Amino acid sequence: MKLNRRDFMKISGVTAAGIAVSGLGFDLKPVKAHAGLLKTQYAKETTTICCYCAVGCGAIVHTSRRGDGRVINIEGDPDHVINRGSLCSKGSSLKQLVENDRRLTEPMYRAPFSDKWEKVSWEWALSTIAQRVKKTRDNSFEKINAARQVVNRTTRIASIGSAAMDNEECWIYQALMRSLGLVYIEHQARI
Amino acid sequence: MTNHWIDLKNSDCILIMGSNAAENHPISFKYVTQAMENGATLINVDPRFTRTSARADIYTALRSGTDIAFLGGMIKYILDNHLYNHEYTAEYTNAGFIVGKAFGFNDGLFSGYRKNDDEGPSTGSYDKSTWAFEMDANGVPKIDRALKHDRCVFQLMKKHYERYDLETVSRITGTSKQDLLTVYKTYSATGKKGQAGTIMYAMGWTQHTVGTQMIRTMAMIQLMLGNMGIAGGGVNALRGESNVQGSTDHCLLWHIWPGYLKTPRSSNDSLDAYNQAYTPVSNDPLSANWWQNYPKYSVSLLKAFFGDAATKNNRFGYNWLPKVDDGEVYSWFDLFDAMYKDNIKGFFAWGQNPACSGSNASKIREALGKLDWMVNTNIFDNETGSFWKGPGMDPSKIGTEVFLLPAAVSVEKEGSITNSGRWMQWRYQGPKPLGNSMPDGDIIMRLGHKIKDLYQSSGVFADPIINLKWDYETHGDFDAHKAAKAINGTFTQDTTIKDKVYKKGTLVPSFAFLQADGSTASGNWLYCNSYTEKGNMAARRSDKDAPNNIGLYPEFAWCWPVNRRIIYNRASVDLKGQPWDEKDWVIRYEGEVDDGKYVSGKWVGDVPDGGWFPMQNPDGTRRTDSRHPFIMRKHGHGQIFGPGRADGPFPEHYEPLECPVEKNYLSSVMVNPTAVVYNTKADGHATCDPRFPFVGTTYRVSEHWQTGLMTRPQEWLMELQPNMFVEMSEELAKLRGIQNGERVKVASMRGALEATAIVTKRFKPFQIGPATVHQVGIPWHFGWRWPETGTEETANLLTPPAGDPNTRIPETKAFMVNVTKL
Repeated sequence: MKLNRRDFMKISGVTAAGIAVSGLGFDLKPVKAHAGLLKTQYAKETTTICCYCAVGCGAIVHTSRRGDGRVINIEGDPDHVINRGSLCSKGSSLKQLVENDRRLTEPMYRAPFSDKWEKVSWEWALSTIAQRVKKTRDNSFEKINAARQVVNRTTRIASIGSAAMDNEECWIYQALMRSLGLVYIEHQARI
Repeated sequence: MTNHWIDLKNSDCILIMGSNAAENHPISFKYVTQAMENGATLINVDPRFTRTSARADIYTALRSGTDIAFLGGMIKYILDNHLYNHEYTAEYTNAGFIVGKAFGFNDGLFSGYRKNDDEGPSTGSYDKSTWAFEMDANGVPKIDRALKHDRCVFQLMKKHYERYDLETVSRITGTSKQDLLTVYKTYSATGKKGQAGTIMYAMGWTQHTVGTQMIRTMAMIQLMLGNMGIAGGGVNALRGESNVQGSTDHCLLWHIWPGYLKTPRSSNDSLDAYNQAYTPVSNDPLSANWWQNYPKYSVSLLKAFFGDAATKNNRFGYNWLPKVDDGEVYSWFDLFDAMYKDNIKGFFAWGQNPACSGSNASKIREALGKLDWMVNTNIFDNETGSFWKGPGMDPSKIGTEVFLLPAAVSVEKEGSITNSGRWMQWRYQGPKPLGNSMPDGDIIMRLGHKIKDLYQSSGVFADPIINLKWDYETHGDFDAHKAAKAINGTFTQDTTIKDKVYKKGTLVPSFAFLQADGSTASGNWLYCNSYTEKGNMAARRSDKDAPNNIGLYPEFAWCWPVNRRIIYNRASVDLKGQPWDEKDWVIRYEGEVDDGKYVSGKWVGDVPDGGWFPMQNPDGTRRTDSRHPFIMRKHGHGQIFGPGRADGPFPEHYEPLECPVEKNYLSSVMVNPTAVVYNTKADGHATCDPRFPFVGTTYRVSEHWQTGLMTRPQEWLMELQPNMFVEMSEELAKLRGIQNGERVKVASMRGALEATAIVTKRFKPFQIGPATVHQVGIPWHFGWRWPETGTEETANLLTPPAGDPNTRIPETKAFMVNVTKL
């Protein structure tokens, strides 16, 4: 029988639970069984790559199929050839990044000279931003520079970010910014 | 990285310098440790004894900013003791190239220097014409492969580093002569054939006014020792963000377009002029000169931008895209300088927190108040989006309108990221985005549609906006697969290549198929081959190794270029195509031989850097149908002499802008004479100023990440690393009367912050010439928004307004501070 490492872990995990009864003085079997169910029967399992440093470690995300549909657990992916299941302190606490009460969950707006945030709708936020972009761009657009060369740009709008985005997002982001005529386009790689 | 994480295990000697890999890339140590178990030596050089030092066989300290002196001494040691790989150096590097007669170097300055008398930020520049190689009648560089000609690169290098003797280097770095010798001797042993040495570096090298040249010094050593292209070798930048490699490849940077194409200058007034300006020409039939394909990549990119609207008649929309002025720079520093001077009115801070991450962050925070509007997309509220209520700010006086957009977390969406080893890896959606947060891709698409809608009716120069191809959606949601396919590229019409017909819409198999006539579209030529008719290569998961069994895992994920796991790998073999290292070989040529000559054959192992025959036949005769191994260089050779750099073709030691010594012991030029230094009233710097007597440096800890925005709002990590601290030696603590655990003030010319003192043996005072120099270290992970006490601030309030002339990366690794009791 050919076992990969994850199969092995599952089997040895069951054995360990049996031994644990005598070692700890109480029976872990029901807890283990429940945890197992949470992960496999009622959870969606997806693979991810850690979002912190650039080693590119693999992790497994267990998402509840019932209830709130949120993350139950995130752990190192034993079948990932780079980390083989290991994660550092940050990778190990990935779940706390996702399931975190402090996360932003609504678009917010701060008016000029205001001292507070206001909750706004996506529709309003994106429409208003589009209008601001157009106004600033059109008022500052340079078709030619001081040397009378064609430049077709605006230097009044700038963008930074982001190495936190996926490749596909980075590409469409730079395409949008460049189509608007931005030349001040920078991000984490510069610092 | 020229190599990749797993490949570290193949090394015989690992030098970690300018990085604290054990702390900041912890899983890399899986392979460092494996190499050590197989007998490799780990050397660590760092101003501070770190978690990496604790695992090292050899550890020694140097004063921050003196790495070129340290490594220049190693070059001298290698040359004096003939420890270089002669065949490799002579055949694969430009060591034998003859440099023109006018080239010179005198007392810290190369020929052609011009001081900048304007207000800056550039302090000076070089006319590089005297750094050029001598050419023969055919326009091919003159080469003395015996390395004897007195103006060949090898001899010039020897002369240049003659001055870097142990005595001088020790005086500059504060490292003992004995320790220098131990490191030099151990590392240079990898010059022997079959031995591999590697370097793991990070921001400890990039963040200096001489950062690029620190890395180049090591690259020169790697070339001389024959360590480029081989397993367990290479020059390995440990990149710090999960997709900073991918975001760089897709060029969210002012000076480059996706795939490292150039951003057009205003003088590139047509597509033809642009292509001509950036397509290098080599007259050497043995030079692959890969960038000769430039027009295929640029036209395919324009087709990806504008789709069917990009036609031959409108030169594929070339003039729809913005141009930058000749000679001008639009980098991070310049961007915030312009914002500070009221010249930028609208600002996107997308997935980034400059109020904490930018050097001299107070200037950035002040600049944000001069904007009309800012869009800040993030997972958490942060010091940038909420700058108007930060320390010292009066909201009633700040007119900046701020839109704070909630982004989804990585596990809530689908797409790919590229790790430091160039591996593009696919990730999948687990839960849906929390609350009303949204994946960045959806926010960008929707904003793009809103803007396009506005320009449908009217607007200045609306063509590029209206014609931008913007269909990366399925059922109204961003579709990462569609974008990934567009990045890979498709045929835009039925096209026949080598008798094979590729139907319109077919995914392009690899960049060798891209065309300059508009028949292909590709968002990034480097990623062409990543998503083909065979499927999504980045999603592959096979743990089957390649035949050389060195941990390449060619069917796990995908790596650019064309799944080549170790780049420059044709330098891993000798002229006859046989590996320098028989045990850990990367590629080898298996050829059919007739009368001492290869008549056919193939490369096995990794994807080779081109499929040409080896340079020589088995009988030692040279072939005319081969190519030099460094195919991305115009002349095909690794560059020991780097005539393209802003600050000189050879690295030279200069002191940091702010330093504790009054004299550069190698020349009368103190600071890199081409460094960029900013000069508004919010800037400012001080050298040898008694108010700031100690060297300061910044770093990271394992439990936090970058500005801390993705770690500070978390419970476990905050429990492990709760607040800002400053590490200092017992000697310095005694001098200042500071107790371990006490809150103290750390200040520089730019600002001050509070930190908890960690009095430790990990820092020791340096003896620099006649002076005792103390150094302290601070992490840069904090900011007033989290923790909610508001007392923990970023190290970047202290860091200097100066940077490297090639990259304009700030000098945040060496500056001057004071530490006092509160």
